[in-house]
Amino acid sequence: MTVRVEEAAFEIGHELSRLKAAAAARGLGEIGAFVTFTGTVRGDDGTSDGRAPIVAMTLEHYPGMTEAELARVEAAACARWPLSASLVVHRHGRLLPGDDIVLVITASRHRDAAFDAARFLMDFLKTSAPFWKRIERADGTSEWVEAKAADDLALARWTAAGKEDGSPG
Amino acid sequence: MTVTIRYFAWVRERTGRAEETVDLPAEVRTVSDLVGWLRARGPGYEAAFAAGRVVRVAIDRSHVKGDPPISGAREIAFFPPVTGG
Repeated sequence: MTVRVEEAAFEIGHELSRLKAAAAARGLGEIGAFVTFTGTVRGDDGTSDGRAPIVAMTLEHYPGMTEAELARVEAAACARWPLSASLVVHRHGRLLPGDDIVLVITASRHRDAAFDAARFLMDFLKTSAPFWKRIERADGTSEWVEAKAADDLALARWTAAGKEDGSPG
Repeated sequence: MTVTIRYFAWVRERTGRAEETVDLPAEVRTVSDLVGWLRARGPGYEAAFAAGRVVRVAIDRSHVKGDPPISGAREIAFFPPVTGG
């Protein structure tokens, strides 16, 4: 159960191996499923509506609160599903198209809990972790990315289920 | 009451500062009181908190909604809806 916020790139295989080794060291031989999700910087946003392609993206965040929010979301996932291990890594700073932004790994005895918890973690962190993206376009303009209504709808999936588990948000 | 105010993303760009420590008069009791007080500080603040702009608030690094009291707060942050992930 770990969250990290950092500028450096992460390596998915390395993170997965580390999580597995830590689980093995604790004798958690019951893990039957690891799910990993990686979010990356899109380069084609805007090209469909005639705008210049994205050449870079800078993520600003709120040090201290970011870690606290991610830990809160992770704790909510752990309260809701029987997870044996989990990891959330979120990068900040300037990133280029194709770069990784966020990594979520969940581990459980069976795959359903790992899949669901990974999706829950992403849905909640997108609407509660204090990050803001500023994109730079090939024509030299830049703008703050606006929050999407679709993200709030994704969140509704988990609250409509009627769970009263202290989920964030 | 002395409190640290922090601004992020376009709220920070409009106010022209990332953070500041302010002494609030006693009549500033809630988040909306504070926003009103800040707006009077200059055109940058007025632009940041202009009507129609969605600005979120955190008190001591926790999201808050509505118009909660701010008594006892050490750090209050203003920022746009988040766009991470």
